[in-house]
Amino acid sequence: MRSNVRYRSLLERAAAAPHMVWSILFIVAPLFFVLYFAITDAEGHITLNNLASLTDYSNIFLLSVSFALIATIICLLIGYPLAYFMSRTGKTTRRVLLLLLMLPMWISLLIRTYSLMALLDNGGLLNSLLVSLGFGRIRIIGTGGAVILGMIYDFLPYMVLPIYTVLTKLDPRYIEAAADLGCNSLQVLGKVIIPLSLPGVISGITMVFVPSISTFYISQKLGGGAFDLIGDTIERQFQHPSTYHTGAAISLVMMILIIISVAIMNRFSDSNSGGFVV
Amino acid sequence: MEKPVLIRLKGISKSFDGETVLDNIDLDIHDEEFITLLGPSGCGKTTTLRIIGGFETPDSGDVFFEGKRINDLPPYRRQVNTVFQRYALFPHLNVFENIAFGLRIKKLSEKEIRTRVKEMLELVNLRGFEKRHVSTLSGGQQQRVAIARALVNNPKVLLLDEPLAALDLKLRKDMQNELKNIQKKTHITFIYVTHDQEEALTMSDTVVVMAEGRIQQIGSPVDIYNEPVNAFSADFIGESNIIDGVMLEDYKAKFSGKVFDCLDFGFEKNEPVDIVIRPEDVDVVPVERGMLVGKVVNVTFKGVHYEVIVDVDDYKWMIQTTDYVAPEATIGIYIEPDAIHVMKKSKYSSLIGDYSSYSEELERLSDVDEIREEPAEERYAE
Amino acid sequence: MGLIFALLYAPILVLVIYSFNESGELGSFSRFSFYWYKQIFRNKRAFESLKNSLFLAVTSSALATVIGTFAALGLDRMRRRHLRNIIMSVTNIPMMNPDIVTGVSMMLFFVATASIIGLGSPLGRITMLIAHTTFNIPYVILSVRPRFLQMDRSLTEAALDLGCTPARAFFKVELPFITPGIVSGLIMGFTLSLDDFVISHFVSSPDFQTLPLYIYNQTAHQVKFSMYALSTLIILSILLLLLIINFAGAFGENNNKNKIRKESRG
Repeated sequence: MRSNVRYRSLLERAAAAPHMVWSILFIVAPLFFVLYFAITDAEGHITLNNLASLTDYSNIFLLSVSFALIATIICLLIGYPLAYFMSRTGKTTRRVLLLLLMLPMWISLLIRTYSLMALLDNGGLLNSLLVSLGFGRIRIIGTGGAVILGMIYDFLPYMVLPIYTVLTKLDPRYIEAAADLGCNSLQVLGKVIIPLSLPGVISGITMVFVPSISTFYISQKLGGGAFDLIGDTIERQFQHPSTYHTGAAISLVMMILIIISVAIMNRFSDSNSGGFVV
Repeated sequence: MEKPVLIRLKGISKSFDGETVLDNIDLDIHDEEFITLLGPSGCGKTTTLRIIGGFETPDSGDVFFEGKRINDLPPYRRQVNTVFQRYALFPHLNVFENIAFGLRIKKLSEKEIRTRVKEMLELVNLRGFEKRHVSTLSGGQQQRVAIARALVNNPKVLLLDEPLAALDLKLRKDMQNELKNIQKKTHITFIYVTHDQEEALTMSDTVVVMAEGRIQQIGSPVDIYNEPVNAFSADFIGESNIIDGVMLEDYKAKFSGKVFDCLDFGFEKNEPVDIVIRPEDVDVVPVERGMLVGKVVNVTFKGVHYEVIVDVDDYKWMIQTTDYVAPEATIGIYIEPDAIHVMKKSKYSSLIGDYSSYSEELERLSDVDEIREEPAEERYAE
Repeated sequence: MGLIFALLYAPILVLVIYSFNESGELGSFSRFSFYWYKQIFRNKRAFESLKNSLFLAVTSSALATVIGTFAALGLDRMRRRHLRNIIMSVTNIPMMNPDIVTGVSMMLFFVATASIIGLGSPLGRITMLIAHTTFNIPYVILSVRPRFLQMDRSLTEAALDLGCTPARAFFKVELPFITPGIVSGLIMGFTLSLDDFVISHFVSSPDFQTLPLYIYNQTAHQVKFSMYALSTLIILSILLLLLIINFAGAFGENNNKNKIRKESRG
């Protein structure tokens, strides 16, 4: 224990109290309300009907999961090489690239989604370009592809950043040691770099998958209303008090699904840190 | 009987960001030799090692391995393995898998891998540690794993970059012996980098003294100690009194206002030289028998001997003697002809002072060098 | 790699270019003009939401910084490890949970609590302030706490040894050290609050709109060019803010590095 802890003043003892009260009031209690609404009906009686009725939404769950999965996988496929090459460039280039990558993250996701619309809209730049080049228009907005593209566009930096961070912190001596022991550069990548960067990959996957599966404005703006995802469904349920209970039930299930999948992934990365041999 | 040359460095130069780290290095390394690159931090010893390992390419000059030029051969094609500074054990693998790493790359059979890793664990006294995670090992144990991981590949040459620097004194002494034994058992050429002169003298067949990117002296530990070629070598290895002198003629040197007989020859008439006299080679005698006379400034008890600082005409000598002398006493100094080593003047002559202030000049030297090697160091830091 | 970055910026660039397009058609660029900017500057509701956004960003980040900094201090001094772990886990919830769940849970909480004590719709300025403060606090703690952990304990002990009371030692030694963390937490909270749309969407009401909410509602059914202009303005102000922070940050960091280097050389 730290030695100066003995001199704790009253202020130091109580310093975390406001945060604790605040957390209980505005983090924990609201979650209990979600639980409460999910398992009660409008009269306040306990019921499992809300949860049971979720079977009606199984297609929506399936669609959301598959969209989010596809977006996450593509983000990983683009993001890992990008992070890798970024981490291998010179110091100054790396700084600039990092800044370029982070800049869009500071711009509201809403505005970025909105800007994608300007590019892909039926009367938008891309289509005008296609027409002027003599091709026909293609409908992009309103397709599943546009929704997935929106997810990738919005969340790609969240994949690159954690992987990049892990890769730059990777001690170059491990790479040298592997080369010294006979690995060519491909083997170095497979046997040392990728296994050691797994924590970054896991947190990248989480950071893309969670917002992808819960989004509603991307599907609204880019899906043209043709695609109902979990987020859209939840958002709609909360337009009117009569459907709060169903909305709470969907939110609860989604939250639990996410917690489970994150836990599984963390498990996966932990068990691998013990001995990852290809 | 000298073994054949295994590695030859010819005219190697290297600079980082315009700072010269290696300046025209020539070095022959023989088969089954235990050779040590010794010098203060930033003298270029680590860079030399990294060039042999294939982690750096020289700006100019050539590296030959068994007569073949290997400048552009990547590390994984060289018959050389490295024990890294602070070990670089893979944190995602256990002890067994760390050692087996190189063998798996070579795609050996599981059975052979098992036997060879076992052998190695025996060699480094780590039987039963196979399943341990490397982060649970002590520094000394990690050190052994690092050695085993390199040796299991049967390299022609083992490169060791300050491998004992992170260990405490007692463990370091044990490991010195162990390393020497391993080298004798395996007949592998060891190239060892250290800034610890005692370590270099204890373990090596050949010591290469380096400073400021140049080789100052190559020789056996005994030669290096007894016949330092310049003031740097003399001061860096062991304690020495380095005095300005003049070589009057062959076998006659003049310093501290007196003429002495010595065993050196081949200098110009009246050539200014540096005279090196080791503290243990100076005898304390009564004033009337002394070749020089001085006043005792300080006496320190060192266990086996006393360390006495004596002021002779404003130059402070260090003398190691088993007889007690009283502070403030006036004593005579007697020096045998074979205790006097005459060296040509070098750029280091003016940097090395006497014992009035302890070895500050050396710190100054290494300070300059530290700045120099920073580019290479930075690579590790990131 | 260049291609990916180009694709990352292309839509934003297109949006900025279109904001200067007088015709108001996506297909063609008729003439460069500030027409849409004039429109947006004449729009009272846009100004109103800008004012709300700024008010909210300032108050919520300030409040979160105070609560979060004290929380980091309290966590640092806390003896019971279990309690500390529990608090950290709860703190992490808003960051791990999807925003939509956070938003929905707060909305339910506010609405239900208000109806229990017999109030009308509670949503508006106050609930927005509470919600924004809530999601800002974890980021403040996350940037202040590492500073406490990095701090050399013996510095505080040295201050005590030299006659400081614990309170004086805190203000003279610890506070200067954790200040960079406090500042970055404050800035992060400020921008998060400006940016937030999802949580605000659930806990706000039509009479308290922030800029993102305003943009969202304006574009519910069709593309509006005045929104391109507004978005461009927002992007530009964020860029400006980032530049300022970067320069200030680089300056501060260098200062700190030098200080630490000097100290370590003793």
